Amino acid sequence: MMKLDTSGLESYTSQFGACSGLSGGISTSPSFELPSITDFDGFQKEAIQMVKPAKGTTTLAFIFKEGVMVAADSRASMGGYISSQSVKKIIEINPYMLGTMAGGAADCQFWHRNLGIKCRLHELANKRRISVTGASKLLANILYSYRGMGLSVGTMIAGWDETGPGLYYVDSEGGRLKGSRFSVGSGSPYAYGVLDNGYRYDMSVEEAAELARRAIYHATFRDGASGGVASVYYVGSAGWKKLSGDDVGELHYKYYPVVPSSVEQEMVEE
Amino acid sequence: MARYDRAITVFSPDGHLFQVEYALEAVRKGNAAVGVRGTDIVVLGVEKKSTAKLQDSRSVRKIVNLDDHIALACAGLKADARVLINRARIECQSHRLTVEDPVTVEYITRYIAGLQQKYTQSGGVRPFGLSTLIVGFDPYTGVPSLYQTDPSGTFSAWKANATGRNSNSMREFLEKNYKETSGQETVKLAIRALLEVVESGGKNIEIAVMTKEGLRQLEEAEIDAIVAEIEAEKAAAEAAKKGPPKET
Repeated sequence: MMKLDTSGLESYTSQFGACSGLSGGISTSPSFELPSITDFDGFQKEAIQMVKPAKGTTTLAFIFKEGVMVAADSRASMGGYISSQSVKKIIEINPYMLGTMAGGAADCQFWHRNLGIKCRLHELANKRRISVTGASKLLANILYSYRGMGLSVGTMIAGWDETGPGLYYVDSEGGRLKGSRFSVGSGSPYAYGVLDNGYRYDMSVEEAAELARRAIYHATFRDGASGGVASVYYVGSAGWKKLSGDDVGELHYKYYPVVPSSVEQEMVEE
Repeated sequence: MARYDRAITVFSPDGHLFQVEYALEAVRKGNAAVGVRGTDIVVLGVEKKSTAKLQDSRSVRKIVNLDDHIALACAGLKADARVLINRARIECQSHRLTVEDPVTVEYITRYIAGLQQKYTQSGGVRPFGLSTLIVGFDPYTGVPSLYQTDPSGTFSAWKANATGRNSNSMREFLEKNYKETSGQETVKLAIRALLEVVESGGKNIEIAVMTKEGLRQLEEAEIDAIVAEIEAEKAAAEAAKKGPPKET
């Protein structure tokens, strides 16, 4: 009998009902009135399609010897229109755990904050920090209970707990995967190419940060929906730390500096 | 005072919840149970009232598992115990499912105590008539713990405690004779405490031992052997007391 966590949608009135306490802990799932349409499935599909383009992003995270490296771009796009170049896609859940944002910005922000609340409550009740496993499982259970209702979340939970570095991928379909290398978003194929090529377990923090930065840069170069600023965060035993936030345009000229061609040189000498 | 003891949700003028106190009376009538914590082991002991000839004694287990690393013994209404134990077992698995980790002893004790408290503050129900002794090892730190809950919903950790019939005498004995022990010494201490109030013999005592590997119920023969050891030690101590004066 799995206890699904539906506290996010619980209204205050339902808590005063007599049934909540003694029913053995099995709560009914939240529900809302469906719109009166002939083709509800089609309507649902359209609603999901409306949100889908918002997964235009590149985020990545990987575990290496020294901890976890998390990086993301900062562009938000609506179709062909770039709505923002400065979106914070790495969310600070608590001082030792980070979440990345891909999909619906509001969904990611709200549920990550909700997860932060739950983690803090767990700490207070049990006098110990929650593990990355536990935190990702809490989020995955919540997202699973909203399956099919139009949430769009593709996130990675990265953190450091008693067992060392932890990295999980959690999405709004209810999936949850443990792994050591993930990239999420429309730019992820490009990021994977660079990341998988350059990855070694025993890198130093600087090497890993440079790999993450380069992977994000290459994704923003080829993917129109990614761009802005490449942020790189490091999660170690002492918690997370923001390492850098470089504009990808400037990174381009850093990696591929302009070499003046021979024709230009002739003209200058004159 | 009689007017204030019908409904659980009514305080008496001098601040008593009579139903809860009557529940504690029910506990005092239940069979004796004792728990002792050692450095690497926790021992639970329960008084076994003689089973009827035709009764299958194995179906009357008084010390039960809540999970691989947590066990519980109780004193009081056995039917109430069954309900509480089932809810606790579900909660242990639910916790494993939601955070992929086993419960700590403190967590499940808090849950059981919370459940017992809920039934002291709702309409139309009566409190659970039992006190529990919960033992186990913390799955992260490997530290052994012993907790006790009672019908009012309070709980606390103990080095050694007793509940049920004659629990006061057992607790007095434990207070006088407790010291940090490990392994077989802890088992002996638990049995000695029980023997204060129970007629000796493996037939009347049920002992279970929780180590890092899990719960193990001791066989009757094992218990008899330890009881014999204890009697021998007692006799030797008596003899030693009588011995030296004669020599002078």
